[in-house]
Amino acid sequence: MTLLLAYASVAAALSSGLLALLGEHRAAWTGPALQVAKLVRIPVPLRPKPAVGHHRRLPHAWRRMVFALLTASGVSALGAGLLQLHADAAVSGQLPFGLPWLHWHVRLDTLSAFFLVVLGLGVIAAGVYGPGYTRQFAGQYSFGALGLFTGSFVAGMEGVLIADDAYLFVIAWEAMTVSSYFLVGYQHEHASHRRAAFLYLLMGEVGAIAIILAFGILAAASHSFAFDAWRDAHVTPAWGTAAFLLALAGFGMKAGLVPLHAWLPEAHPAAPAHVSGLMSGVMLKIAVYGLLRFAFDLLGDVQWYWGAIVLGLGTGSAALGILYAVVQSDLKRLLAYSSIENMGIVFMGLGLCMVFIGKGHVQLGLIGLVAALYHVLNHSLFKNLLFLAAGSVVHQTHRHDLEHMGGLIKRMPVTAGLFLAGSVAIAGLPPLNGFVSEWLTFQAALQAASVIDNGILRSMVSVAAAILAFTAAVAAACFVKLYGVAFLGQPRERRSAHAHEVSHSGMLWAPAMLAGLCLLLGVLPTWVLDAMRPITRQLLGETLTSASARGWLWLTPGGVSTASYSAPLVLLAMALAWWLLRRLERRGPAADVRRAPAWDCGFGGLSPRMQYTAAAFAQPVRRIFAPVWETVETSTPETAAANPLQVTALSYRLEIGDRSWRWLYLPLTRVVEDLARQTARIQTGQVRIYIAYSFMTLIVLLGVVS
Amino acid sequence: MPVPAYSVYEQAILFIAALVVFTSFLMLGQKRLSGMIHLFAAQGALLAATTALAAYALPYPHLYVSALIIVTLKVILIPAMLHRLIVRLDMHRDAEPLYLYGYVMMAAAALVMFSYYVVEPIEHLSTLATRNAMAVSLAVVLLGMLLMITRRQVVTHVIGFMAIENGLFFAAVASTQGMPMVVELGIAFDVLVAAVIFGVFFFHIRSSIDSLDVDRLNRLSEVEP
Amino acid sequence: MDWLLALIQAVLFTLLAPLFSGWLKWVKCLLQNRRPPPPWQPYRDLRKLFGKRPVVADTASWLFPVTPYVVFCAAALSGAIVPFFAVDLPTAAIADMIVLVGFFALGRFFLALAGMDVGTAFGGMGSSREMTIASLAEPAMLMAIFTLALTASTTNISVAIDYLLDTGLALRPSFLFALGGLLLVAVAETGRIPIDNPATHLELTMIHEAMILEYSGRHLALIEWAGQIRLMLYGVLIANIFLPWGLAREFTPEALGIGAAAIAAKLGALAVALALAETSVAKMRLFRVQEFLGFAYLLSLLGMLSHIILEV
Repeated sequence: MTLLLAYASVAAALSSGLLALLGEHRAAWTGPALQVAKLVRIPVPLRPKPAVGHHRRLPHAWRRMVFALLTASGVSALGAGLLQLHADAAVSGQLPFGLPWLHWHVRLDTLSAFFLVVLGLGVIAAGVYGPGYTRQFAGQYSFGALGLFTGSFVAGMEGVLIADDAYLFVIAWEAMTVSSYFLVGYQHEHASHRRAAFLYLLMGEVGAIAIILAFGILAAASHSFAFDAWRDAHVTPAWGTAAFLLALAGFGMKAGLVPLHAWLPEAHPAAPAHVSGLMSGVMLKIAVYGLLRFAFDLLGDVQWYWGAIVLGLGTGSAALGILYAVVQSDLKRLLAYSSIENMGIVFMGLGLCMVFIGKGHVQLGLIGLVAALYHVLNHSLFKNLLFLAAGSVVHQTHRHDLEHMGGLIKRMPVTAGLFLAGSVAIAGLPPLNGFVSEWLTFQAALQAASVIDNGILRSMVSVAAAILAFTAAVAAACFVKLYGVAFLGQPRERRSAHAHEVSHSGMLWAPAMLAGLCLLLGVLPTWVLDAMRPITRQLLGETLTSASARGWLWLTPGGVSTASYSAPLVLLAMALAWWLLRRLERRGPAADVRRAPAWDCGFGGLSPRMQYTAAAFAQPVRRIFAPVWETVETSTPETAAANPLQVTALSYRLEIGDRSWRWLYLPLTRVVEDLARQTARIQTGQVRIYIAYSFMTLIVLLGVVS
Repeated sequence: MPVPAYSVYEQAILFIAALVVFTSFLMLGQKRLSGMIHLFAAQGALLAATTALAAYALPYPHLYVSALIIVTLKVILIPAMLHRLIVRLDMHRDAEPLYLYGYVMMAAAALVMFSYYVVEPIEHLSTLATRNAMAVSLAVVLLGMLLMITRRQVVTHVIGFMAIENGLFFAAVASTQGMPMVVELGIAFDVLVAAVIFGVFFFHIRSSIDSLDVDRLNRLSEVEP
Repeated sequence: MDWLLALIQAVLFTLLAPLFSGWLKWVKCLLQNRRPPPPWQPYRDLRKLFGKRPVVADTASWLFPVTPYVVFCAAALSGAIVPFFAVDLPTAAIADMIVLVGFFALGRFFLALAGMDVGTAFGGMGSSREMTIASLAEPAMLMAIFTLALTASTTNISVAIDYLLDTGLALRPSFLFALGGLLLVAVAETGRIPIDNPATHLELTMIHEAMILEYSGRHLALIEWAGQIRLMLYGVLIANIFLPWGLAREFTPEALGIGAAAIAAKLGALAVALALAETSVAKMRLFRVQEFLGFAYLLSLLGMLSHIILEV
């Protein structure tokens, strides 16, 4: 039953893609080949920009149908996930596709069910948001390509989740990577988007190679491609570690862990908003799923030093991700960097879990695992919400840069309210959901202190927790900056002054649904933890018994006396205090409010240009942590011709670069280029030499065969 | 073992041990030479307090004598001498720039952890409850070296050197109930002589290269760079 | 009964917070050879402000008038959680130390947003500085909390205090360092000298005042009151964690009386110490704050290290 729902979900996603394609080429069935051929050439800027109106407009009903199918895919994925979470046993099956001797194995267990829920929620939001949002592309870009690749992207992610053999897994993984490549390059007339797409594809494929190599180790040990055989395979610790490190590199690259993150801040902002939401909100989680599946389920026998490595990587990603985010002034880029931070937090939880399990404290490991999974769910909700709301903002103002925005809370009140909810959630503030998962991560770190006998590891864990606190605080600063500059204050430019609320209700309903879920997950954490029990039982054989030891009102991960948090009571108390205050005030003498101009120090004429800009807001942080970035800051004064001391204008330029480019990527490119040049020497261009190559090959082959 | 399980004497020793490390950290973060000398004196005073405590609690009366020696030498005599020196060289208001302050502090914290890691196997063999103090004294030694590496002033180098000696002495007092009197007197005398010789050398270095920056000592090399 | 006592404690905490800051101001004035206002002056100020009609800038959005309520509710809620004169109250289980940090962050987040809402230069400046300082102070604070939590193996304040009362007096170097770190963080987070000056309105040096420059009337009253609660909260935390003796452990009138007297004495002494420190230290440049808070972090880190090396 659940498996059928999952199939239905994949089918719906694929058919939504096909429908979009068919819709666009109703008259001239030139077929998808042309589309693909055109898009494949994206990195090569050869073709002149198509004239406006080149792409035939699609009837609105058709567009709706495409997204309705996508939503249906999300709903059935959600349904399959929810049903399977409560099912007793995993269901598996075989599909008559694939290699003749290896049919596709599919399997749905609680772990994939959980991620199907995450995916389903994200896809539903994208499906609801899409029809209104994609109208702006009409006529200019191909809707068929967008629909097709969105559909295959979603289908690919679903395929990864239900795959039960290496072959299907890799195919689905590649479908996901390649179709998202086309989505990143969707607005292909921008050179930066083409570059971003190429970088993304390149790094995605390198990661895929690492994953395939990791699979290879297990396949060699078990002489099979089916995951079932891998679970029983025996791997020596050394090979196991090698496989784990390869998988970590591959999945970590997809998850955007520092220093393998370079593609993420380029690719996520380039894609259309609902796709950015899917990529940040769901695709990064698929990478987490891959690592969980590989390390816990397939490989098994988790070593504690794997956990230490994961914890270190996670901590570094969290801190550096948010430090890079806080200095960005591009709305979507900032959100993309903050995804790196949040994936870092997820990996911190995973790392703590692995450390505990490696050291034999399964109950404590569960806290880490639950914290990581909870943060996966939370991040998928609020990051999707933020990307969608940011998409609305960009849609209405046609601006990416924060420095051009301002005062949008008055022009777009609903979107602004939803964005505020997302900001509070992502900044990790009670009583929303971001806080709960960060709190759980803290609790996991705290438990480390009392049980781990290795003093070095113990102090590392404590330092990691302090860095997590730093991350949370900088995240708060980052989102105060984002929200304050974009939505508050006065508009800095004409277009934001004349922006208005989005007209399509789907563009409000999708983020509103996500915001509601954020509140729900923040207030009822014990329910979520209870729902996660089957996952922990399946992965680790135990459930977190102490989490709701005092009933559903109290979240007590490490036992009643260790720590407790009661989100419902917090919300209740705050509501009560609020109500009391308002009541008391209404009786008071000063019930109403007088409006007056803002205080301008008596000089008069406050202009929007006097406000703090995004760059100015982050300046103290930029100065204190200066070594983190590669900053080029120049200010050139223009002086009057008559008097060289009189400055007439001052131009200021600020460029903030990523250090990993210089330290990792550029040297790597140089090495690759050198190697390529060395290899190119065998291409002499002389026919006789090539014949000699063939000759040699023949000789060698004959020798081997005999 | 939780703290309340220790005896009061051991608690006090551990407490002072923590303070000794703290003074080492403060030295690393101290820009001014006079402040550095005060910190050195404070470290000496903590050392003397440890020794006196050991003398009282164990009881080893001869340790009172070594406490007295420490007080006269490391709290009064050497700091006073160094202070007079820098006043005469007119350096008592100088502030030394701190290079890579944050990294140095991180390295220092890492060194403390490292010394703990190194000492841990010994701890399991040892039966003394104050064995943890061993880790602390090793840390003080390493931090003294770090101080010498990161600074250029000769005076700071001398203080770093003396801090290393403090660390060794602390280990001796805290873990073996003090050294034989003869050895102790010998060390004390050595330190005093070293301080005097350093004092003389300052003037010589200063007169020959017109600075007390150790990096400038490269000039004395006979090999042309 | 327990809940009733907890409610009384929470209300008392909220009501007594202005007195603490009044007392602090009184001591400080005396130390600086000025004629002090009476310690209950803050109550008069609050009453006056509550009676005035607030003026809101016409560029402000709905966020601006809502913020004081959020800030006050968060502060009052944190006051309800901390053991004031009795431990083992049921409210203590609602939230632990980390949630407390979360409440502070919530109030600060909205206050910083409100600072940017009006669209003047001062508000943005204050918000930017406040968030920067917070991001430096929060890890130091958490590290100090961690040191305490490592000893008592809990983050629940009430349970931790219980543990300390049970084990009795012990010389813990880690506590000394954590105390130092927490004191510095408290000074930074409550906007006292040398980080910020609560009495200044000098444009370029103010931090907290710059954010709330546009507030008036009952909005200002709520924010000021929340600030006073926060100040006392840090005082109570430091006093009750590092010197827990005297706290009422059973709910008899004598025990509660002793508890109340003990916390009054502790807070009074703490205020004197703070006033002394504020009188003898000058305000720092903004970019020396990182050194100050870096030192706080170092202290907390040393506390953690000395716990691991020396106390286990």
